[in-house]
Amino acid sequence: MTAVPDNSPGQRTRRRPSRLSRGFVVAVPYLWLLFFFLLPFLIVFKISFSQTAIAQPPYLPVIGLADLVSGGWTKLRQLTIDNYTWIAGDPLYVKAYLSSLRMAAISTALALLVGYPVAYGIARAPRSIRSLLVMLTILPFWTSFLIRVYAWIGILKNEGLLNQLLLWLGVIAQPLTILNTDVAIYIGIVYSYLPFMILPIYASLERMDHRLVEAANDLGCPPTRAFWAITFPLSLPGVLAGIFLVFIPAVGEFVIPDLLGGSSTLMIGKTLWDEFFSNRDWPVSSAVAVVLLMVLVIPIMIFQRLQARQEGAV
Amino acid sequence: MKLQLAAWSAGAALLALVSAAQAQEQVVNVYNWSDYIDESVLADFTKETGIKVVYDVFDSNEILETKLLAGGSGYDVVVPSAEFLARQIQAGVVQKLDKSKLTNLGNMWDVVSERLAQYPDMSDYSVNYMWGTTGIGYNTKKVAEALPDAPTDSLALVLDPKNAEKLASCGIDILDSPSDIMSMTLNYLGLDPNSTNPDDIQKAEDALLKIRPYVRKFHSSEYINGLANGDICVALGYSGDVFQARDRAADAGQGVEIAYSIPKEGTIMWFDQLAIPADAPHVDNAHTFINYLMRPEVIAKATNYVVYANGNKASQQFVEPEILEDKAVYPDQATMDKLYVKRPYDARTQRVVTRAFTTVKTGQ
Repeated sequence: MTAVPDNSPGQRTRRRPSRLSRGFVVAVPYLWLLFFFLLPFLIVFKISFSQTAIAQPPYLPVIGLADLVSGGWTKLRQLTIDNYTWIAGDPLYVKAYLSSLRMAAISTALALLVGYPVAYGIARAPRSIRSLLVMLTILPFWTSFLIRVYAWIGILKNEGLLNQLLLWLGVIAQPLTILNTDVAIYIGIVYSYLPFMILPIYASLERMDHRLVEAANDLGCPPTRAFWAITFPLSLPGVLAGIFLVFIPAVGEFVIPDLLGGSSTLMIGKTLWDEFFSNRDWPVSSAVAVVLLMVLVIPIMIFQRLQARQEGAV
Repeated sequence: MKLQLAAWSAGAALLALVSAAQAQEQVVNVYNWSDYIDESVLADFTKETGIKVVYDVFDSNEILETKLLAGGSGYDVVVPSAEFLARQIQAGVVQKLDKSKLTNLGNMWDVVSERLAQYPDMSDYSVNYMWGTTGIGYNTKKVAEALPDAPTDSLALVLDPKNAEKLASCGIDILDSPSDIMSMTLNYLGLDPNSTNPDDIQKAEDALLKIRPYVRKFHSSEYINGLANGDICVALGYSGDVFQARDRAADAGQGVEIAYSIPKEGTIMWFDQLAIPADAPHVDNAHTFINYLMRPEVIAKATNYVVYANGNKASQQFVEPEILEDKAVYPDQATMDKLYVKRPYDARTQRVVTRAFTTVKTGQ
C-alpha cells in the first residue's frame, strides 16, 4: 500500500510538468538576458578590439563562429587595445563620462525629490482612487516619448508657454532662457523618467504595514520622526530601485540633451553618436560603450554586494 | 488518376514559378530622403510597369550609410549624397550600374556630370537625382532690424564676429555637420575648402571659436522649424531645408519671411545620387526605376514638387518657370562657377575635423 503514491500515474504526471515549468520560469529571464544582453554585449566587446576599415562591415578583423572553430588565430592576433588607449589619451572622453554622470546624478536627485512625495501621496490616498492615481502616473506613456520631448520645446522656449505665463503673472520682466541649457535637460529627464521613480517607491510604501507608524504615534513619536525612523527606511528598497531605474538610462541619454540641451553640453551619448556616425569608427564607439557599461555596472555590483552583506548581517 | 496527379503537380509547379517570377518582378524597395518626391511619380511608375514601389525614407546620410555598412538592408534603390557614396563605393556596398538598361542616360546634364566626375567612379555606380547647395537661410525682417545693411549674400554674415554678435539676439543656428561647416569656413578664410592640412583645420577651428558665443545651437534639422517659427533669424544650412522653412513660414501666415542665399564666396554643391546596394534583391527593377526617374517629364514633376534642381538637362523644359528662374535653385553661371565639390575625408582627417568641431561646440 505504501508504494501506491509513487506508482500512481496521476501523481507522476502532475509532478513532472511542475518541475519542468518551474525550470522554464527560471530559465526564461536567464535566456532573455543571454540573448538580449550578453550576446549583443559580446559582439560590441569584440568590435571594440578591432580596427576601422572601409568595408562592409566597417572594421577588421571580422571574426565569425567558423573562425573560432577552424584556427582563427591569425585573425585574433589582429585584435588590439588601441581603441582603449585612444579613449584614455583624449581628455574629451573622461570629461564626457564625468559630465554625463553629473547630469544623471542631479536629475536622479531631483526625480527623487519630486517622486517621493507623489508616491507617498498615492500610497496614502483612499484605496478606491489609488489605482486611478497610478494609472494617471503612467498615462503620459500613451503618447510617444519623442512628441512629449518636442512639447517641452514649445513650453520652454523664449516665446514659449512658461515664459508667457511668468511674464503675464509679472514674476519676471524678461523672458528666461531655459531651452538649450542644462536646466532644460534636467526638466526633460525628470519629467520623462518620473514614473520610474514613483512606481517602485509607491510599491514599497503601499506594502508597508501602516500600523507601525500608528503605534509610533500612539507612543508619542512626532510624525516627522516617525517618517524618518519607520516609513523612509521601510521604503528604501523602492527608493533604490527608483534611483537605479532613473540614473542608469539618464547617463546614456541622447534624445533629451539633443533636443532640449545646448550644443555646449558634453554628454557621452552624443560623443558616442559622433564616433559612430560622424567618424564612422565602430571600434572606438564600441570601446566607448564598453567603458560606459563598466562605469555603470561595477559600482552597481559593488553596491548590491554590500547591500546583500548588510541584509545578511541583520 | 496518375495523369490527373501529374497535371495537378505541373499546374502547381507552374503557379509557383509564376508567383516566384511575379515576386521577382513586382517589387522595388526604395530608400529615399523624407519629403523628396511627388508621390504620384511612384503611382505612375507602378501603373506603367506593374512594379510595386515599397517606399521608405531617412533623414540623414549617416543613418543610410550605417544600414548599408551593416549589410542586408533589403533596399534596391538608395539615395546617398555623393560625398558619402564615394566612400560607399570604396567599401563595396553599392554595385555598378548596368548602363545598357539605362536608356535615358542621354538626358543628363553635363554641368552636373562634370562636377560629379571629381569623385572617382561616381558615374559607374550612380546617376544624379537632385542637387543643391549649402548656404545661408535668413529671416529678412529680423536680420534687417538687428543688422542694417547686413551682408546676407556673404558668409561674413555669420563668420565675421562683428556681425554674429549683433545677430546673436535674434538667434543663429549652424548645421551640426563637421565636414560641411569646416569646408565652408576654410573657403571663407580663402583656404582650400577640401584641405586636409591640420594647420588649416586649426585656423578654421579658431575662426569658428570666435563666433561660437553668438551661436544658439549646432543642429542638423532644428533650424527648419526655428526659421519658420521666427525663433532664429539666421542659419547655415542646406538649400532644400531652408526652402522648406520658407514654405512653412508662408503657410503659417505669421508674417515670417525666409530667404535663402548662396554665399558670394562660393559654397558646397552637393548631389543626391541614385544607387543600387551590392546586395539588392531586385536589381532589374532597380534599373527600371532609375531609368524611369531619368525621363524628363518624370523628374521635372519631382522637381516641381520638391523645389530642388535636378541633374537632368532635358527635364528643364518641363520644370515650372518660376523654379527654373529662381537663382537660389538653379544658380546663374557666375554663381555656378564659384560652387565647389566637397570630397570625402580619409578616416584620420575625418577624426581631426570631428574633434575640432567638438571643441568648437563644447569648448572641450
